[in-house]
Amino acid sequence: MSTIRLTINGRPYTAEADPQTSLLSVLREQLDLTGSKYGCGEGHCGACTVLIDGKAQRSCVTKVGAVSQKQITTIEGLARGEQLHPVQEAFLEAGAMQCGYCTPGMIMSAVALLQRNPTPKESEIIAFMDGNVCRCGTYPRIVSAIQKAAKASTSSAGKGAGR
Amino acid sequence: MSAKTDAQVPLEPERYELRAAAPYRFDLDRREFFKFLGAGVLVVSVLKPAVVAQESGGARLGRGESLPKEIDAWLHIGENGKVTVYTGKVEVGQNIRTSLSQAVSEELCVPMGNIEMVMGDTQRTPFDMGTFGSRTTPTMNLQLRKVAAAAREMLIGLAAAQWQTDRQHLVAADGKITDPQNNRSAEYAALTKGQQLTQSVTADTPLIPATNWKVAGQSAAKVNGRDFVTGRHRYPSDQKLPDMLYGKVSRPTSFNATLVSADTQKAEQMGATVVHDGNFVGVAAASTELAAAAVAAIQAEWKSEPQPSNKELFDYLRKNTVEGNDPTGDGDRHDVGSVDQALGSADHRLQQTYTVAYIAHTPLEPRAALAKWDGDNLTVWTGTQRPFGVRGQLAEAFRIPEDRVRVLMPDTGSGYGGKHTGETAIEAARLARAAKHPVKVVWTREEEFTWAYFRPAGVIDVTSGVRNDGRITAWEFCNYNSGSAGIRTYYEIPNQRIVFHATNSPLRQGSYRALAATANHFARESHMDEMAHTVKMDPLEFRLKNLKDERLRAVFEASAKQFGWGKSKTAGQGFGMGGGYEKLGNIATFAEVKVDRKSGEVKVVRVVSAFECGAIVNPDNLRNQIEGSNVQGLGGALFEAIEFDNGKILNGRMSEYRVPRFSDVPVLEAVLLDRRTFHRRVRASARWSGWLQPLRMPSSMRLACDCARCLWFLTV
Repeated sequence: MSTIRLTINGRPYTAEADPQTSLLSVLREQLDLTGSKYGCGEGHCGACTVLIDGKAQRSCVTKVGAVSQKQITTIEGLARGEQLHPVQEAFLEAGAMQCGYCTPGMIMSAVALLQRNPTPKESEIIAFMDGNVCRCGTYPRIVSAIQKAAKASTSSAGKGAGR
Repeated sequence: MSAKTDAQVPLEPERYELRAAAPYRFDLDRREFFKFLGAGVLVVSVLKPAVVAQESGGARLGRGESLPKEIDAWLHIGENGKVTVYTGKVEVGQNIRTSLSQAVSEELCVPMGNIEMVMGDTQRTPFDMGTFGSRTTPTMNLQLRKVAAAAREMLIGLAAAQWQTDRQHLVAADGKITDPQNNRSAEYAALTKGQQLTQSVTADTPLIPATNWKVAGQSAAKVNGRDFVTGRHRYPSDQKLPDMLYGKVSRPTSFNATLVSADTQKAEQMGATVVHDGNFVGVAAASTELAAAAVAAIQAEWKSEPQPSNKELFDYLRKNTVEGNDPTGDGDRHDVGSVDQALGSADHRLQQTYTVAYIAHTPLEPRAALAKWDGDNLTVWTGTQRPFGVRGQLAEAFRIPEDRVRVLMPDTGSGYGGKHTGETAIEAARLARAAKHPVKVVWTREEEFTWAYFRPAGVIDVTSGVRNDGRITAWEFCNYNSGSAGIRTYYEIPNQRIVFHATNSPLRQGSYRALAATANHFARESHMDEMAHTVKMDPLEFRLKNLKDERLRAVFEASAKQFGWGKSKTAGQGFGMGGGYEKLGNIATFAEVKVDRKSGEVKVVRVVSAFECGAIVNPDNLRNQIEGSNVQGLGGALFEAIEFDNGKILNGRMSEYRVPRFSDVPVLEAVLLDRRTFHRRVRASARWSGWLQPLRMPSSMRLACDCARCLWFLTV
């Protein structure tokens, strides 16, 4: 056991854990950040996806000891107060969920994609998101939500530049 | 919890089809309700005995059952104007929390935001057999509409009495009763004036016709969608209590194994609570990590008998029938005319065998439960499609009356028919009793793949006789193991012999989307194409020639039109179709596939489904369900199959069991036929389906047919 300092959603946290423990267990069991989900435990479904220094990572196969110096963003950290992130808004608008269990991981992956590529083609969305599983099969809606979010972000960025 | 023990618990996959009558009919004590509801208006839906028999199955009469079974829903309007609706149905992603709210909003004339749905809480909601078989919209949606309409009529009556006016002049809208002539209005809550008013739904409660719907019939967004995109929603596996421990169970080395011995000393030394009770060995500890380490430290010896593998499965099923044991209660046989004679005189005689593999539901949220004891009272939060069934299982396991057990079902990370049982609930409760702390058990993905149950595998033999002009004259259909739901043919065939053989399944099996019907529709529709090919007819024309049912014809025609059936094919391209009715919905799906002739890789390019289920409650959600069913159907059609040998699952991980992903998804198109004016037609019985929207509709089977068809067409 060691004391591990983490920065999650811009706030400092402390966890008592073996550094080998998965980041997902620490988030869920110690820090009560249950928005990141367990789906497979081997990084093959994407339900546990978080951002580590802006990159989408599977927290179930990420050792907590390896991320103490990094900026971690979870689904709980996306909205600003009551203001949802454009990707969250787009998922609601597109009705891009059924049971919603994959949704946090999908949204985190999509945020990472749009940060890297603000105007992805459909084929790029599919390639990037292929590691995230939606067993309910809402994939076409998720693609459409990501396209909506991309459009919303680029049009608002355009407006910002014009001012 | 060995597989053997589990197998002794009936899975009840299709219990809604039971016809047993309810053994008792109790008087309703309305005071009981107000104990926890407070003042206001209460409307209850009391089922007729015949409906009780069908819906509740008359089974599992609870010991200490606190509320009469005849009540299937109720609604309360509090003095603050808040409407609370109570139903035993549960939300697993089929979006009924929203569609049921729409129904209440429509009839009660209140905004959806004023409505709270209390679902699947055995202490607060009426008894319900479970959320399966696409029954929620055909039955519960209609019941709630009646309940809400009765409340509306009661409130109009109250206002009429207070204002001493004719109720005909009054209008209910936006949570108020208004008297437009005298320019006065009153909020619902103000009309009750602290009284406790009750009303039962009566047969003549007037419902708003679907043609006048304003809220129902619209694509309302998921009512609590925001909680899902922010991660705020707490699924069963997210539940937490102070001083809670995490539980893990030591699993047998193979199915049907019995525990010979277990050395638990090391686990105890690690600080875990260890329970060794019969075949159950489990631990509870302060973290999942510690619990996993403790359970790994247990030295257990298991003994088991040799068991078959998937390689010999289909032979095994034929050889291991268990006659007279149809779990659906639908009867094992259906005989019409003389099949042997008709086969003898047919122009063409075809014989074919179809098989389907065991499939894992793979709900993304594995089974999970949090259990807490207060003395002899047990509370469990768990993800199950049958909270009342799980309550019964817990009462049985711990030998306590059902009224000491409360099961709550937070909206869960899907089920697809795979969460009818309460394994984690029992495990968590057993560990919690020993640890004297609340205990949460969340299965790993490997446990979910191994110790849950599967969609039944099956073998289906079809023998048919067809005339040169395309008329089918004989139909013999024999299903081993995969179930009798959807086993009858809807084509007009004068001579039929249809038989279902239950078998001694080597794997634990149960309900799956579309239940057993998937396999039966797959075999039937595949065989239709083979017959069409034999008599050199277009497969659509061949189907329509043998099909009278108007609604089914309509979906075939609509789907064919949207698909562009009849267009020419390019090399490696195949077109196919499948259709049928199931759980009160009619569907026809057309698919286009492409096969790389070098690699043999199959890609489903485009899928068009036309669906008709009466009046549609929420079109966008219906599209969502159709799309999802088609995507899930891809898995079963193209690559999902459980491999097993000698009591072990060989591909029980997400990295080994392929489920459909983004890159597998074809272009999906849905044609919705909304029959709002649909009324009783020729077939007035179960096929009549006004105001329906089957959820979790069974198009996976269609897709299976489609893909198989396309492949078959490419190879002939």
